[in-house]
Order: sequence, then structure tokens, then C-alpha cells
Amino acid sequence: MLSDKAKKEIEAALKKYPNKRSAVMDALRIAQADRGGHLERSDMEDVAVILEMNPVEVNEAAAFYTMYNIQKPVGRHHIQVCRNISCSLLGAEHIIKYMERSLNIKTGETTPDNRFTLSTVECLGSCGTAPMMQVNDDYFENLTEQKVDEIIKKLV
Amino acid sequence: MEKILLKNIDKPESHRIENYIKDGGYKAFAEALKLKPDNIIQMVKDSGLRGRGGAGFSTGLKWSFIPKDPTIPKYLCCNADEGEPGTYKDRAIIDNDPHLLLEGMMITCYAIGAAKSYIYIRGEFVFGANRLEEAIKEAYAKGYLGKNILGTGFNLDMYIHRGFGAYICGEETALLESIEGYRAQPRKKPPFPALAGLYGKPTVINNVETLACIPAIIEKGPKWFSSIGPEKSPGPKIFGVSGHVKKPGLYELPMGTTLRDLIFNHCGGMLRDDRPLKAVVPGGVSAPMLTANDLDTPLDFDSLAAKGSMLGSGAVIVMDESTCMVKAAFITNRFFSHESCGKCTPCRDGTPWLTRVLKRLEHGEGRPGDIELMESLCANIFGRTFCPLGDGAVMALRGALKNFREEFQYHIDHKKCMAS
Repeated sequence: MLSDKAKKEIEAALKKYPNKRSAVMDALRIAQADRGGHLERSDMEDVAVILEMNPVEVNEAAAFYTMYNIQKPVGRHHIQVCRNISCSLLGAEHIIKYMERSLNIKTGETTPDNRFTLSTVECLGSCGTAPMMQVNDDYFENLTEQKVDEIIKKLV
Repeated sequence: MEKILLKNIDKPESHRIENYIKDGGYKAFAEALKLKPDNIIQMVKDSGLRGRGGAGFSTGLKWSFIPKDPTIPKYLCCNADEGEPGTYKDRAIIDNDPHLLLEGMMITCYAIGAAKSYIYIRGEFVFGANRLEEAIKEAYAKGYLGKNILGTGFNLDMYIHRGFGAYICGEETALLESIEGYRAQPRKKPPFPALAGLYGKPTVINNVETLACIPAIIEKGPKWFSSIGPEKSPGPKIFGVSGHVKKPGLYELPMGTTLRDLIFNHCGGMLRDDRPLKAVVPGGVSAPMLTANDLDTPLDFDSLAAKGSMLGSGAVIVMDESTCMVKAAFITNRFFSHESCGKCTPCRDGTPWLTRVLKRLEHGEGRPGDIELMESLCANIFGRTFCPLGDGAVMALRGALKNFREEFQYHIDHKKCMAS
């Protein structure tokens, strides 16, 4: 069930558009945050009811955009390391391998204590400060092994 | 050159409206409201401004296609879905000088007669989206947005639409589909958005950097703008440099600056002095790569097109001689196949096929004939899709094959890399 706070946020998003369907991306983002980082089928059904959409239409939109984690819970800190060309030229693969060793998980996995999920992503638009990663909403740039250690320590 | 687009970004609290106004901000908007909308469109045409998102279409001309009938609602959509790998210029404006963008949008809306406007910002730019939300609130509070703006009777509302992870939303009709709540799959053109865009209404879609040029054109005049850089692609341009250079970063320079000047003068040269330049992508990964022989090419729309490449977003990716071109091609192609929206068969099926071939080459499992196979796949994707994503994948790969074919062959013959 969506919280009242989430429902209110979705109501506010509806005011931006001439029709309800346009708010589906905002509504799914709000629902995902409400659950703590991923979407369950019931969340999409709740969104469908509010937006007067068919549940399959909501599911269809959600499945298209990579930042919706559909039935795929993530840890408290979702670490997303860029693997695209500018980051790769400056050692992204090394950072990803170092991260896998440090967290003792493979890319795509979550630590057993549910603290970290490690993913690789395509370009995040921070190429002049490569290699870089995003942890939840925040960017971390010019990564080195030492910097990664410091960041992970602070996230504990 | 005097900075126009990045003039404020390093100032303290540059995102605050008080500071923007203190430094002369919103004067151009007030000035524009005294002009006839058609005059503004003419000024932008005369300035020679061409779209900074990649296609390089005349901005004034694009605006002039919007029907004049005041009874038809019209929209402006700002494309802030910055996602072309190597590109990070719009984020600098969004994060640090949001009012410059807003002012450009306000003038544009007045010129085309739009009373509603959306900024489509990619989902990962949470900081930027928050900055824009705040900036819009500030602009309403100061009376630059809302009803009867500055007593002129002009009304304008502005909203943020946040993307959620899809490169294809940078394609203008996919962006419109996304705002309307659908999967972001490009529409067939025509009809063009100028006639049937958002919610079927006339719509202009402009990139952040394009819109950020507008206030200066109003303030300093089209002649001043067109005097910067080459005649056919004038104006200031932000070049975002990444890869193997000493000082990667954003450089605002006149259009037509050469690659050599940018890399060896402004960026301090190659990252390691003992590793010379091997290849450079001049405009985001869709732009075919150039080599050390092309360093005197001016960075503008026409000069790069003449070299068989393109200015694109002005994202310059520099690779030194340690770079494996097969790996670079694999990473680039994997990106396109990951981002293919699935609408057109040639792109949906062709780009992952290319990725599989490149992957086996990269892993020393290439087969004789793989280069020819890739060429055949490219020929079956290029020009056969609704939107330019598939073309971008092909152009990038063809550029690599044209300049470094022997490296691909070496991977097949020797099961290992020439560069390492």
C-alpha cells in the first residue's frame, strides 16, 4: 500500500499535466522511493488505480525505463558504476573489479546484510571527472581505490 | 573569448535568482517582452544559431514552423536528457546557472506563443532536477513565471518532467512520448513536432545549451552572435573533453576551434607525454572517430561533416595509443544495443548482434569473416530505422573500422590485442 505521503506527492504531480497518464513516471518514482528502492506488482496496481490506467499499461511504462527496479529489491546503498567509454578509458573496469572484491559480491548482487547493491550503468553524464559512480542520488567522481574505500566506509 | 554560457558557473551561489539578477540576468527577457514575437524569431534566425543537441538545425527556422494561430495551444520542451556518452555540458548549466536556462526558455515561449513548458531532465540528475525546481519557484516568486508576467499579459507555466533511465528520450519524439506517459519510442515523422508534438499540439524541442544562447542574442544582438566563429555555424560552444588528456573539462570556445587547439592548448595535451593521440571522437560516441591526421579540423557542424564525422553534442573523447579500438568499439556498441528502444527490427536485433560479434573479437574468439559480417549488419541497420539511434551505432562502428581495420583483423588472426 502506498503511504499517504506518497499519495499526496502523486496528487501534486498530476497538476503538471493535462491528463493523468502523463504523471505515470513521477508516480512510479514516488512509489519506488516509498518502498525503499524497488517496485512490487501491487505498487504498480496502486498507481494504475490513482491514474485510472490499466495495470498492464503502468507495467509497460515501468519496464521500459531502467531506473525502475521491478520486483528487484536493492540494498540501502545502490552503487552504480559507469562502464561507458570515457570512464573505461580511465580505469572503470578496474574500479568495478576493486568494488567487487571490497564488497565481496559480483556486479548485480546485494550484500547479505542488505547494505550495498552493486550495478554497472551506461554513461551518467560526468565524463570529465571519470571514472565515476552514483550511490543512490549522489555522484562520486575521479574515483581511485583509496577514494572508493573512503566512500564505502562513510556509507556503513 | 568572453564567456556567455559558462560565465556564471564558478561564482558562489550562482544558482540563486538574486545573484543572477544582480549580474544582469532577466534583462533580456524584459527586453524581449517589448518586442513582437516574430521579431524575436527573426533575430534568432539572423544570429545563425544552430541546435546544440546534435542535429545542428537552425533554431530560428525551427521556431518559425510553429503555427501563428493564437487559439491553438503550443508547448516548449527543453531537452535536458543529456545522455550521449562523453557529454556533460548541459549538467553544468542546470546545476550552476539554472536561471540562464529558464530565461532562454521564457524568451522562447514568448516568441512561439507557448503558455506551458516542460523541462525533460534525465532521472539520474537528481541534484539538477532539485536545482531547477527551486529556480522555477524563485522565478514564480519574482513574477517571471505565472500570470501577466511583468505586466505584459503574457502567461507562462513551467514544469519539470523527470526521465528514469532511457537514452532514447533524447530523441525529440521519444521525449514527447515519455512526457505523455508511454514507453519512449520515437514517432514516425512527418508530422513534425512543430505541427503535431506534445499532446498533438505544435511543439518546439530545444536542447539546454541552445536555449542558454538565447538571452545573449536578445541582449547583444544577432550580428554580435554571428560574428563569433565560422559564418555557417556561429556562436559560442561548450566542448566537453574527456579521456586521455591532462585537463579534461568543459571549455567554452568559439565554434570552429580546431581539435589541436582544444586538446593541446586548452586541455594541456595528452595525459601521458609518451603516449601519442590515436583517435578522437569529436561529438559524442555517435560521431565517427577521427585520427591524429585530422587534428587541424575546425570543430563546427560543416567542417566535421566534410570529414565524414559530426559535431554532435561537442563531446570530445580523446584516446591515446594504449587504447584497444576493438574494445572501444565493443563498449560503444554495447551502449547502443542496451539503449535500443525495441521499436524497429534492424536496430533492436542488429545492435545486439553487433555487440555479440565485437565481444567475441574482444575475447580472442573472433572468426574469419566477422568484419564482413559486421559490415553487412551495419548496412542493414543504417537508414532503415525511425530514429537516428541505429544510425549512431553504425556510424561509430564504421568510423572505427575505417581507421583501424587492421586492429580488428589482428584480433581475429592472433586472438589477442595489438595495442597491449
